Amino acid sequence: MNEFLQFLAEPIAQRSLWACGVIGFSNGFVSALVVLRKSSLQIGTISCALLPGIALAILLFGLLQLSILLGAVMAGLLVGLGSLFLSRTSRIDHDAALSILHATAFAIGYIILIRLGLQQKVDDWLFGNIMSMGNADLWISYAVSAIAILSITALHRPLLIYLFDPRAAATMGIPTRALSYGIFTLIILVLVSSLQAVGAFLTLGLLVAPAATMYLLTDKASALFWGGGLIGGLGSILAFFLSYPMEWHLGATIIVVMGSIFLLAYIFSPKHGVIFKNRQRNRKNKA
Amino acid sequence: MVAEHDHICWGGGVHHHGGHTLSVAGLCVSYRNVEALRDISFTTHCGHTLALMGPNGAGKSTLIHALAGLIPIQSGSMQWNGLDLLQTRHEIAFVPQRSAVDWQFPITVRHLVEMGRYPTLGLWKKPTAHDEHIVNKALETLRLTELQHRRIGELSGGQQQRAFLARALAQEAHILLLDEPFTGLDVPGMQSLGHQLRQLAAEGRLIIASHHNLDNAAELFDQTLLLNKVVIGSGATASVLTPDNIHRAFGFRPHNTPQA
Repeated sequence: MNEFLQFLAEPIAQRSLWACGVIGFSNGFVSALVVLRKSSLQIGTISCALLPGIALAILLFGLLQLSILLGAVMAGLLVGLGSLFLSRTSRIDHDAALSILHATAFAIGYIILIRLGLQQKVDDWLFGNIMSMGNADLWISYAVSAIAILSITALHRPLLIYLFDPRAAATMGIPTRALSYGIFTLIILVLVSSLQAVGAFLTLGLLVAPAATMYLLTDKASALFWGGGLIGGLGSILAFFLSYPMEWHLGATIIVVMGSIFLLAYIFSPKHGVIFKNRQRNRKNKA
Repeated sequence: MVAEHDHICWGGGVHHHGGHTLSVAGLCVSYRNVEALRDISFTTHCGHTLALMGPNGAGKSTLIHALAGLIPIQSGSMQWNGLDLLQTRHEIAFVPQRSAVDWQFPITVRHLVEMGRYPTLGLWKKPTAHDEHIVNKALETLRLTELQHRRIGELSGGQQQRAFLARALAQEAHILLLDEPFTGLDVPGMQSLGHQLRQLAAEGRLIIASHHNLDNAAELFDQTLLLNKVVIGSGATASVLTPDNIHRAFGFRPHNTPQA
């Protein structure tokens, strides 16, 4: 315990703790968009497709923070929009196109990274390593979080109408196409900025589970955003305190905590949980 | 922004038929080079319930979507009181087909109706007492006050349809466009919705709905536009749905075996 307190007193620990809270909150907040759009799998594939962007950026410009981020964003957009293009111009459906593109992209990225001799770094990008985040990484991450939360809050009215009923939104004069591209870009940005925290494989958990948990607890769409943010933030902080004494990998611990919170809600939710539903069914059967 | 033509004409029992005119002329719509609608022309007025009828693929939904401004039109014009219909968007409310709605979405009936106020409120403005009043009245008109805190997925089909109508009322729309509103409703639900639509029209709105059931069209709608890519007939439902017209649209005569 003493050892842990000593660790907490170090600046790197405090910085990581902050990073957990902020990244967890913004990911949880944005996860509402992913859940309400029902695009979890799509985001999952895209997150893995970020790897070749990172690899190419390193190949071309070396280990430069900004170019790595830009490379990841480009790769995400390319795979996301490319799969849309493929499915629109051929018989292949969107899921298949996305799967092929993301697997290919991932393979290319892996080859380049191994050839560059960055084996160690590969692990960080796949599974995350908050401790290795430099000051620049953290500031980029905080800036993206602020942009995401502010823009979603400012646009929450047209966003909700669009997410629920895109056609009515269009009739009301809401620019639905711009919104859908905007949402997509925002999700990619958040993905990339949290890549170093939880990694390309695990980031999906943080970008889906928080709002999915709220989905089981509330009938209010706006609660998905703020509640998702709280679950993401507090859950990540809890994971931080768990991972050190248990010597668990931090990124993985965050995702395990998210999964556990979701499972608890699934079982115990007073409205949509399994226990409640069973009890309701039994009552109905008796009546 | 409120110009003379922007006024709302329902309420007060004013006889206003012919006051507001929707006129569509020479409308052509294609999907990926496949012609969906050709040279559609018709005129109607607020105070009516208009059914768009025809066989599958006749272009009923396409016409609804074109009127709602959801798909581009190749040529022709759509005018509301002499102004371009799509420039008077705030006059239009769209009610989606029930199968196109995500009923698991976490939203209550009241919140759905409140969304109808968003175009007026913009991004930030707080709802005023006036907005609250409009929402309450819309809920009341569609007999949803008791159900307002339920999630929309918990309602029956008829109630769900009414909840979307309530949003249209909260939008203070003059023209209500409905995509197959009667599909999947049981007979009582259908009759009650039909009654509701007639009442909304009687207050001065124009109701336009795609509809596929020939048997109850006359009971539910006072006007009909019969389509099969082109207009086959338009006017009072009984005068449009003649055996000859139905034959031309559907290729069979009502209550007859199809002819080879």
